[in-house]
Amino acid sequence: MLTPPLSSKTPPMISMREISKSFPGVVANDHIDFDIFRSEIHVLLGENGAGKSTLMKILYGFYRADSGRILLDGKPAAIQSPNDARALQIGMVFQDFTLIPAFSVAENIALFLPDLDTVVDLEAVSLWIEEMSARYGLRVNPDAMVYELSIGEQQKVEILKLILSNSRLLILDEPTRVLAPHEVDALFQILYSMRQDGYAIILITHKIKEVLECADRITVLRNGCVAGSLLRSNASEDKLVEMMFGRKLSGLKTGKKVIREETALPVLELQNVHTHGEGAETNLEEIDLKVYPGEIVGIAGVSGNGQRELGDVVLGMIECVKGTKHLFGKDVTNSSIQKLRRSLVGFIPENPLTMAAAPFMTVLENMAVTKTWHYALQGGLTMDWKAIKADVENTMERLGFSFSLNIPARSLSGGNLQRMIIVRELTHDPRLIIASYLTRGLDVQSTLAARQALIQARDDGAGVLLISEDLEELFMLSDRLIVLYGGRIVGSFTPDETNYYEVGHLMTGSEVQYASNS
Amino acid sequence: MRQILNALKRSDWVGQKYVNAVLRYVFMMLFAFLLFGIILLISGKDPIQSYKDIFSSTLGSAYGLSEVIVTMTPLLVTALAVALPSRIILINIGVEGQLYMGACFATWGALAFGHLPAWILLPMMILLGMAGGSLWAFIPGYLRAMGIVNETITTLLLNSVAPMIVSFFVFGFWHSPMDTNKTAIFSPSARLPTLFNTRIDLSLVFALVLLTLFWLVMKYTRWGLEMRAIGGNPQAARRNGIPVKLYLISIMCIGGAIAGLAGMAQVSGFYGVLLANFSRGIGFMGFLISWLAGGSPLGILLTSFVISIIIRGGNLLQLTIDLPYAVINVLLAFTLFVVLARPNFLTQRKEA
Ligand SMILES: Nc1ncnc2c1ncn2[C@@H]1O[C@H](COP(=O)(O)OP(=O)(O)OP(=O)(O)O)[C@@H](O)[C@H]1O
Ligand SMILES: [Mg+2]
Repeated sequence: MLTPPLSSKTPPMISMREISKSFPGVVANDHIDFDIFRSEIHVLLGENGAGKSTLMKILYGFYRADSGRILLDGKPAAIQSPNDARALQIGMVFQDFTLIPAFSVAENIALFLPDLDTVVDLEAVSLWIEEMSARYGLRVNPDAMVYELSIGEQQKVEILKLILSNSRLLILDEPTRVLAPHEVDALFQILYSMRQDGYAIILITHKIKEVLECADRITVLRNGCVAGSLLRSNASEDKLVEMMFGRKLSGLKTGKKVIREETALPVLELQNVHTHGEGAETNLEEIDLKVYPGEIVGIAGVSGNGQRELGDVVLGMIECVKGTKHLFGKDVTNSSIQKLRRSLVGFIPENPLTMAAAPFMTVLENMAVTKTWHYALQGGLTMDWKAIKADVENTMERLGFSFSLNIPARSLSGGNLQRMIIVRELTHDPRLIIASYLTRGLDVQSTLAARQALIQARDDGAGVLLISEDLEELFMLSDRLIVLYGGRIVGSFTPDETNYYEVGHLMTGSEVQYASNS
Repeated sequence: MRQILNALKRSDWVGQKYVNAVLRYVFMMLFAFLLFGIILLISGKDPIQSYKDIFSSTLGSAYGLSEVIVTMTPLLVTALAVALPSRIILINIGVEGQLYMGACFATWGALAFGHLPAWILLPMMILLGMAGGSLWAFIPGYLRAMGIVNETITTLLLNSVAPMIVSFFVFGFWHSPMDTNKTAIFSPSARLPTLFNTRIDLSLVFALVLLTLFWLVMKYTRWGLEMRAIGGNPQAARRNGIPVKLYLISIMCIGGAIAGLAGMAQVSGFYGVLLANFSRGIGFMGFLISWLAGGSPLGILLTSFVISIIIRGGNLLQLTIDLPYAVINVLLAFTLFVVLARPNFLTQRKEA
């Protein structure tokens, strides 16, 4: 990889000066200075809730700063709205995408172009898309419908959208959060070639490895302030972690790998489960699965191969068209979600905002909704908010998470939202935990805490189903590893029996025959 | 004034929401009145004088005020019958039909058991009315919960069926010897008592109690919390173990029961007979009001009051300056229009 020399001598493209922004109860940005140079990948790093997204939304005109200035090539720029930002060639990809699923790629991009004619010439747009995508290796089919695309492809469309609308500064808010490792590599290749062409790129990520791989310059935020800004050559993992949290982090205590007793009653048992998916859903077929108490079963697979459906069928969100489901030996094949929840099933879905939270309700109210029966007083006339708060704060302390409880859930930062769900689902000592993409969006410290909590739950005798794309995580935490491909189980191992390479192959379907008899 | 400005400046989102809501109301009403003034001008009437007449005849005297309240009472109830289901994203356009069914059931009680004393008969009629309304709402609620068909379309369709059923009974069986299109006048024990020597009847108390209950339930109870969770994100609510289907059916039925109560109150309180086509769109007006008020109880009270003034004032203008009733509908339509357009310049920058 050719890293162009750092152009620190050239003046910055954009300077943010003394930017401050508060929300009720928090100072999200506190006199922040931030420079962006051309031909540079600038990584913005910081713990959950440090103020990264807020700062970027200010730059993009989505929020207005309480005070501070933005300079473009040294001249003051008034950015009052995303339109202003786009006119100044600033583009942003949000944490949650903004594509319209029912439209094709070309239509989505055409909609975003600044000088859209009244009669949209989709042909021309498509040609243009193809040209640009060839140049940066952003291969997507302009005629494909967005709902057909994988997350990684949608990301490419978002980036294409910005390039085609003439953005010269790209703000990418945690683009790698939802990507599989090979997709991350592809994204970085794209970013490198864009850097070559003079684009400025701001990248937010929580993965230190990625930071060290692609950054030219790194700025660390802590509690809304700049903790420091440094060049890649001066950065190391320890240094960055220390800047982010003000201290070093200890490693993960994986605890004892208990040898499970085969005689014990499984927490969860799926026998020959089939589901029938609608639309883009995957059909699960012949799923046989046991989770014993005190065991973490990792489910490896590229997303879209039935992970979401597996979680949902265990929870009862989709029905088994064939096969049976037992919880602690009791048949729950047709039981309601409510009943499962009452039998202490915790569920951490892959997308906290759409699948687990009511965005306009407060965090505390969101904490109560899975356990309304538990906290009801006088038969339901009132709720015991004190008890809810006490329980939640207790778990937060145990995990070392902190976020405010009285703001609407949608005002939480991306990582804090994930923390909220983790806290909620682990509060009542669940006996079965279904955790999908447990650490998505979490900073290094929270990732550690969340994993530790899972291990703790296991050691306390809970059964855990851990669904993830991150092999490192799966190998680290799982007592048993199952590979899901095309809605089927194609492999089942203990982590020491196998390796990344083998599992990786199975995940992508290249060695199906080998494992189908296991 | 200073306080209002300060409140405006506060970025506290709850505060902002209320301030915005109030501003929106005021603005909407002013705008609607302005448009209506233009209509009056075009039809050659003096808008200023007309507005004066409207206000003096409604708010200017105790009698005027009591008549406004009489008009308002059924609107409060029908608006609630829309607002409650709307909290879990059910669009109940069927209040009109549910109201007819409620009136129909209650009338059966009044005619069949007219000899019973009021303290038995009235509660019975109330229960019958609520049963009729909820039966009519159960059908759409069930179909929706099973994912068969959307409640919007079914409630709308059932609206045109209910008056026919009422007509069938009235014309076929219940009509009084003198008339073909209405029943005999109810026995006194089947009439809701009136209050303060006016035409205001007991159903005003029902309405206010129900609105207060609605507010309390939504704010404090377990069921309110669960309903807000469903309204906030139905998919998440299901995964979180809230029995969404059960709520869809039961809340729709409760909404229908409330509408049925409004129907019962109309025949037992206001009219004292069952007319074949008695409602003239009270249910639809309730839908309008609930939307205007964003489903909030206080908003429903305010909006119903304003709308009742418009309706009463309109009736009066019709008599005094010979204004066609259609023009009043124009004013109401304007109000709806302005609301649906939701002038969002007030809320647009709420992020900033
Ligand atoms: N609209 C809002 N209303 C109230 N508070 C907000 C709002 N947006 C952000 N905050 C708060 O501001 C702080 C910073 O949030 P921000 O989203 O910038 O964090 P972040 O650094 O992007 O974190 P993450 O890594 O978790 O995404 C958080 O405490 C968050 O709760
Ligand atoms: Mg963020």
